[in-house]
Amino acid sequence: MFKKCRIGVFLDRIYNSKKGAPEYYIVLRRIIITTMMVLTTLPLAMMIIVNHFQYRSHLRAELVSPIITMANKTKHSFELLLEARLSTVRFIATAYTYEELKDAHNIKRILSFLKNEFGGFVDLGLIGSDGILESYAGPYPLLGKNYAEQISFQETLIKGKYISNVFLGHRKFPHIVVAVQHLTDDGQTWILRATIDTDQFDNLIHSMGLESKSDAFLVDNQNVFQTNSKLYGNTLEKCPFEIPANRFDSHIVETKDPDGQNVLIASAGFRVANYTLVLVKPRSVVLQSWYALKTELFVVFAIGFTLILLTIIQITNSLVKRLRESDEKREKVMDELQHSQKLSSIGRLAAGVAHEINNPLAIINEKAGLINDLLDYSEAFKNQAKFRLLIASVLQSVDRCRTITHRLLGFAKRIDLKIEPMETNIVVKEVLGFLEREALYRKIDVRLKLFEELNTINSDKGQIQQVLLNLLTNAFAAVEDGGVIRIRTENFRVSGVRITVSDDGSGIPEDIIQHIFDPFFSTKKEKGTGLGLSISYGIIDKLGGTISVSSKVGQGSDFVITLPKTPEHSPEDEHEQEAH
Amino acid sequence: MNKKRIRVLLIDDEEEFANTLAERLELRGYDTKTAVSGEDGLNLMNGESFDIAVLDLMMPGMNGLDTLRRIKSQTPDLPVVLLTGHGSTKEGMEGMRLGAFDYLMKPLDIKDLTLKILSAVDASDGNEK
Repeated sequence: MFKKCRIGVFLDRIYNSKKGAPEYYIVLRRIIITTMMVLTTLPLAMMIIVNHFQYRSHLRAELVSPIITMANKTKHSFELLLEARLSTVRFIATAYTYEELKDAHNIKRILSFLKNEFGGFVDLGLIGSDGILESYAGPYPLLGKNYAEQISFQETLIKGKYISNVFLGHRKFPHIVVAVQHLTDDGQTWILRATIDTDQFDNLIHSMGLESKSDAFLVDNQNVFQTNSKLYGNTLEKCPFEIPANRFDSHIVETKDPDGQNVLIASAGFRVANYTLVLVKPRSVVLQSWYALKTELFVVFAIGFTLILLTIIQITNSLVKRLRESDEKREKVMDELQHSQKLSSIGRLAAGVAHEINNPLAIINEKAGLINDLLDYSEAFKNQAKFRLLIASVLQSVDRCRTITHRLLGFAKRIDLKIEPMETNIVVKEVLGFLEREALYRKIDVRLKLFEELNTINSDKGQIQQVLLNLLTNAFAAVEDGGVIRIRTENFRVSGVRITVSDDGSGIPEDIIQHIFDPFFSTKKEKGTGLGLSISYGIIDKLGGTISVSSKVGQGSDFVITLPKTPEHSPEDEHEQEAH
Repeated sequence: MNKKRIRVLLIDDEEEFANTLAERLELRGYDTKTAVSGEDGLNLMNGESFDIAVLDLMMPGMNGLDTLRRIKSQTPDLPVVLLTGHGSTKEGMEGMRLGAFDYLMKPLDIKDLTLKILSAVDASDGNEK
């Protein structure tokens, strides 16, 4: 609330401070655009950010679980394989007696059977309780070798079974050793030991069907590769990742590989041996669909943002433009109002002054005139000529004052309007009646063409009389004795009136026509009404009409007045008012 | 022009103005009587007859237009020339409508006035004949 108030005050301040200045509208436009942009894009951006995080965590779970499942499944396969090999060896140890196995022929037969049926078996040996290899089938001359010191032998004696880490045998080929202990009923103990190559491991990993950027391998609890890794090293090399040993559940970590690529590592420890299955997938591969979604989100946001921005700019531009126009319009109206108020008070003052001055002026005029008369009728005396000059000068000054007071009075006439129904034709006739005598003296032909069904309009009769009188006085002044003046009335638009006053007089030169409605512009010494054309213009304008002039030097002038049905801008006259 | 001197009744509240103008008209051969108000003028008219009345429209008390109405009702044939210091044509126009012969603005030109007087008297003489 408080903030809103402050914004209101702020807007108000900038709205009122530099109103009218171009920067004001620029600032206003900027503020509107910024506010609208923030209001519209903030929720959009927030929604997108929230979506982003929600989708990310959701998708992550969705994308990660298959990896763990795969790691578990493969681990299970490995365990099954190892269990199967262990069972096979244990079965042989159980099925055959020590004596049978000690027979070289027998053990060779058993190995060839194993090779055929299970594959992967390289050799098979019988180790006595003292650690001496007593019987052997296989490619190496190992018979009689003492295993007593080896971990495999000791661990087998303790645990009853043993699966070794991968080692490179004599052929430099990765192997593992599987050994089981056998206890006979009479307390004798011996160990059956088989070497198995790790081709099967590679087959299992291959069967996972990993894409090219992913990798899977086995490591032992010293982080040494037990199978070849496609990307990170060969068997028995050190694994670059820290794989936690002896964790039998599957879990996943995020880290960086030696190339700096972000990878997800799923690992699962074996129960039957010291192996851990490791599945490495680049994050980009895992989260591919996430990145696609992210891109889509971004594109949607960008498009939305652009559309909003364009719309807001468009709307704001037209808004500010309208605002500016209405401001200007209002200012114009205010100016006009102020102007007319100023004129009104000046007018009242002028009328008062003119009134007060006019009477003494008339007295001065008569007194000076009388002195002049007396000079005419008296005999010559000293300085008579000088007196004459002085009186002439006084009379001239009176004349000047008269012009001024008449102008002031005319000016004052613009003040208040009295609107009433008006028959324009009657007004024209009345004004003409006023000038009839002059027309008669000067033999001026006044031709009337008054439209009989002329619209009755609402206007100020007195003001219209003044304007017409002014136009006619001017026309009388323009024409020679015996000239022609035409007055025509007709309907104008729907319910207005047009009055045309034409003369065949001297016409008005182009450079004068431009100033003809300017205040106090005069080509002749006005002695008559003192109503300038500027005052006529002001009156007609105030009555909602127009006054215009066209003229050709030597051919005469046409003054055209149009008047609306009513001066006010009332709704029903809107149509008509628009025309002006 | 008539052999008879033209008798002018000048009605104006401004005494200085009326007297001076009367003197000037006398100098030009007009018999001139002045009145300083409408009532005064009408009283004078009861006593003697005039050929023309020159009437100021702006007067305190009975104003020019009222005086004009009274004059026109008493002696409709008497031509009246109006004078006004007012810049408005409105009263002038109204005066014309009430039957005044013509209309002059103060301060006036004595030649204009004598011209109007002569034509007004001519016109009314013509009417009488």
